[in-house]
Amino acid sequence: MAIVKTERHPEMPPPVTQTGVIGWLRQNLFSNWLSSVLTIVAIYIAWQAMSSLISYSFINANFVGATKEDCTGTGACWVFIKARFGQNMYGFYPEDERWRVNIGYVLGAVGLFLVLSDTMKSKKLPAIFLFVIYPVICFVLFSGSFGLEVVETSEWGGLFLTLVLASVSIFVALPLGIVLALGRRSEMPVVRMICVGFIELVRGVPLISVLFMASVMLPLFMPEGVHFDKLVRALVGMSLFSAAYMAEVVRGGLQAIPKGQMEAANSLGLGYWQSMGLIILPQALKISIPAIVNTFIGLFKDTTLVSIVGLLDLLSVVKAGTTDKNWLGLATEAYVFVAAMFWVFCFGMSRYSIWLENKLHTGHKR
Amino acid sequence: MSEAAMKQADSNAAIQLVGMHKWYGDFHVLRDINLTVERGERIVVCGPSGSGKSTMIRCINRLEEHQQGQIIVDGIELTNDVKKIDEIRREVGMVFQHFNLFPHLTVLENCTLAPIWVRKIPKEEAIATAMKYLERVKIPEQANKYPGQLSGGQQQRVAIARSLCMNPRIMLFDEPTSALDPEMISEVLDTMISLAEEGMTMIVVTHEMGFAKTVADRVIFMDAGEIIEQAPPEEFFDNPQSERTKLFLSQILHNA
Repeated sequence: MAIVKTERHPEMPPPVTQTGVIGWLRQNLFSNWLSSVLTIVAIYIAWQAMSSLISYSFINANFVGATKEDCTGTGACWVFIKARFGQNMYGFYPEDERWRVNIGYVLGAVGLFLVLSDTMKSKKLPAIFLFVIYPVICFVLFSGSFGLEVVETSEWGGLFLTLVLASVSIFVALPLGIVLALGRRSEMPVVRMICVGFIELVRGVPLISVLFMASVMLPLFMPEGVHFDKLVRALVGMSLFSAAYMAEVVRGGLQAIPKGQMEAANSLGLGYWQSMGLIILPQALKISIPAIVNTFIGLFKDTTLVSIVGLLDLLSVVKAGTTDKNWLGLATEAYVFVAAMFWVFCFGMSRYSIWLENKLHTGHKR
Repeated sequence: MSEAAMKQADSNAAIQLVGMHKWYGDFHVLRDINLTVERGERIVVCGPSGSGKSTMIRCINRLEEHQQGQIIVDGIELTNDVKKIDEIRREVGMVFQHFNLFPHLTVLENCTLAPIWVRKIPKEEAIATAMKYLERVKIPEQANKYPGQLSGGQQQRVAIARSLCMNPRIMLFDEPTSALDPEMISEVLDTMISLAEEGMTMIVVTHEMGFAKTVADRVIFMDAGEIIEQAPPEEFFDNPQSERTKLFLSQILHNA
């Protein structure tokens, strides 16, 4: 005898213990006695760590004053950071000219916002501004010409120098890395060999030695009279170094794209560059976003290594401040401050990459 | 061989393969393939897996390179000349087993990409053409979705529409229904039948013998890299000549 169901079972809400705050707490924090104990212990440890950090950097910290003697509390002496704030931010950039750097910041922030966010429908204009016009403006503004006072790069420093190093290296490393990755997968043996050789050579040496070679050894090989700026040499070294890493990241993304995508593009009559630019790279870069941003974050922090060739980035400027005889014994404040500054930028990049990944997510793959 | 020589002179043919060979390394995958496809002709290619069916049709638009013999498509001989390869690819559409839609683009963008970038057609016109073909494959309402949001049958129909948007004169189908759930096969086959009825030149690699019986002008049986037998469908199914064909047919029609 056949059994036939004629009525549809009514739709019901899930059990109360599974939903809402209580459901979540029960499921995730107190599902059994072990997890309850772990939850309580973890909360206790987090509270201990946070409370001492907060009392050190806020509750017992000193914010007002002008000298070390004003730091009477038991916590951090932020007066030290405040008193040297100009130098920490701009290095030895002349005080009267710092407005130029600030204009650069504002223009850069606007350009970045328009390119990275969704406010503009077409990103062509902001992209042209940010990647073509803005670098020229910055060059003129920062180094000085057209009637602006010339500021030697040896006077650049602090957070300003760190940002210049990081943004130029990122700006160069990504496109160069893509080209190297494509070259490494090229069917032309000579192109492939050059790319493999470059990547493996650069990736196999420490950044410090690349920087050192770029600034100390390179001038020895240059013909007499040819002279590169110290900052430019460091920039070239950092950019090439990160491009080699970027190339491998992008290659990983390229390899994850099924062969059928290229075949479909070819069968529609798209050439190599069109297929790459319209079909393969958009997908490969999308899946590489976490790794690309990871490389960017690493690169951002590696800018601190330029101190070995005598450039005063944020870390070295703040560190130099600790040897000031009026501010001795404040190394903790210096490092906490530098760590916080770096964290803000790196965390920002990380959040942006998560946002971008979600935005570009186009449903499940086939 | 006189017949082959005669067909070689037939410059009006859509596709001509003359004495074509292909090797993967040392492995001789395609051996002495001779095939002439007239304009408007519908050909079904069948055979056991690994027999070189897909490889053969992939040689026609140069997704695979042949090493010996001639391939002439629409009067143009395939050589290493990139210009000629592009010219042929513009005229030859291809539908793949795994659809190969572009997952980062919407259905509509999938369909307009090649017309805009390859044929340099204005965007509005390309969209109008794309919508026309999406309506023909009966999914205009999905135009702004991403491929990942569609069912397999719908994806394959989008892939057909995407090819048609380039206005190809020849369509190649590489096992278009093999990756589909059973209930979706018929919607794709219906689309292909209506295309065939309009006189499109088609080469279809498939195991759908029902489709072969309904629309094919000629059925080609391949085994171990060679064309073993070709005949009109009635003759092919009712009176196969070679032993290998008989064996193959008995195996695949066993459950039918």
